[in-house]
Amino acid sequence: MVMAGSAPSLQGKPLWLLAELTYRCPLQCPYCSNPVEYTRYKDELDTDQWISVLRQARKLGAAQLGFSGGEPLVRQDLEILIAEARRLGYYTNLITSGVGMDEARVAAFKEAGLDHIQISFQASDEELNNYLGGTDSFAHKYEMARMVKKYDYPMVLNIVIHRQNIDQIEDIIRMTVDLDADYVELASTQYYGWSKLNAELLLPTREQLARAERIAHEYQDRMKGRMKILYVVPDYYETRPKACMNGWGAVFLTIAPDGAALPCHAARQLPGFDFPNVKDHAIDWIWHESPAFSRYRGFDWMQEPCRSCPDKTKDFGGCRCQAFMMTGDATNADPVCDKSSHHAQLVAEVDRMTAQPIEAVRARPLLFRNPKNSRALTPNEKA
Amino acid sequence: MTDPLITADTVPRIAPLFRFQWEEAQNCHVLLYPEGMVRLSGSAGEIMRRIDGKTPVAGLVADLSAAFPGADLEQDVYKFLEAAYGHGWLRSVAAG
Repeated sequence: MVMAGSAPSLQGKPLWLLAELTYRCPLQCPYCSNPVEYTRYKDELDTDQWISVLRQARKLGAAQLGFSGGEPLVRQDLEILIAEARRLGYYTNLITSGVGMDEARVAAFKEAGLDHIQISFQASDEELNNYLGGTDSFAHKYEMARMVKKYDYPMVLNIVIHRQNIDQIEDIIRMTVDLDADYVELASTQYYGWSKLNAELLLPTREQLARAERIAHEYQDRMKGRMKILYVVPDYYETRPKACMNGWGAVFLTIAPDGAALPCHAARQLPGFDFPNVKDHAIDWIWHESPAFSRYRGFDWMQEPCRSCPDKTKDFGGCRCQAFMMTGDATNADPVCDKSSHHAQLVAEVDRMTAQPIEAVRARPLLFRNPKNSRALTPNEKA
Repeated sequence: MTDPLITADTVPRIAPLFRFQWEEAQNCHVLLYPEGMVRLSGSAGEIMRRIDGKTPVAGLVADLSAAFPGADLEQDVYKFLEAAYGHGWLRSVAAG
């Protein structure tokens, strides 16, 4: 969240609430940010429980609200939740694939007070889009994007960029221009969960990246004042880590479909955590007092090189999940940082992953995110 | 968006992407927009809350001068409006 003139009194408010209403989704994107073992979490919060979450978080200072999933349109009570959110004074964002949307629903969302809709595309050509999403969804998405505009919403489009669509970046940007988008996020895949499993088939090469970056910057200049293009590079190619979540337990609060409260939607994969659930605890306690939200807050938990690094107030040591995945210890520096003793290992891994020619990559099957694959990958799961 | 020339007759309104509101937890006025929030200073909040898409700049200045007598705030209002247009927070209602 961009803040102009932040003040000390601001510290510690969950300004950004991400309500992951469900893990159910008609798409099967192989870079899905949901946990690999998502089928394990079956009991979704009901309407009243979600309303209670919205009220409690708003009281603590939450202002931005994202309805996400899975596919939030699967929830039949979405209109009720939007209306309650608007009444409470949230700025509400629906993060959707567009599948499950029609004109009547867009109109109902408008009536309920939804502020904006962000539609994701998987690619700019129908065949690749439908392959990546595992669903025939392209034509419908296109139609729904037009509908969003018709109902006078700010048009926010999100396209996840990776090795298999990055060479079409110019076509992708042209598509967003054709759809008259106000705001475009070209978000490189981040490697957690499903995308980590598919990383060898998704990580772009340095050359691909350089070309895509050049094109994105060209369009940023060309579209200035008409369309804002945000281009996020894959952090594997960086030498300083991202300020993940703006710090652990600093501004972001995710509530998972089953009511688990997470400092980040990927945090479920970290070992040794007992993430508190809104079914058992008040959000005030969860945010301010629970051991899970306090664990990596501030700087005391850090090891070297972070502990004495002047950049720790900017990047908070990067991403805890990434540190855990690559070093086995979440309190280590994010290996993206070239001050990390694990950075050389990351560079070698990136070189290895991108050494294969694109034809060989395309010939290998992606592991799609669906219940069958999730169950197969979940330990102790009864089928 | 071309650089607007702000005059006494300009009628500003809040741009469609933004929502302006009082934020209790922040104890200040804010502008909310997709995935972001701008916290406004007290004086910026006072100007913004008078922007209704009907009142011209001259009217805003007059109203503010009445509310805060003794302050010569015309220049400050223009300076803030220029910045606000620059950020895309405001647009002008078309004349006539």
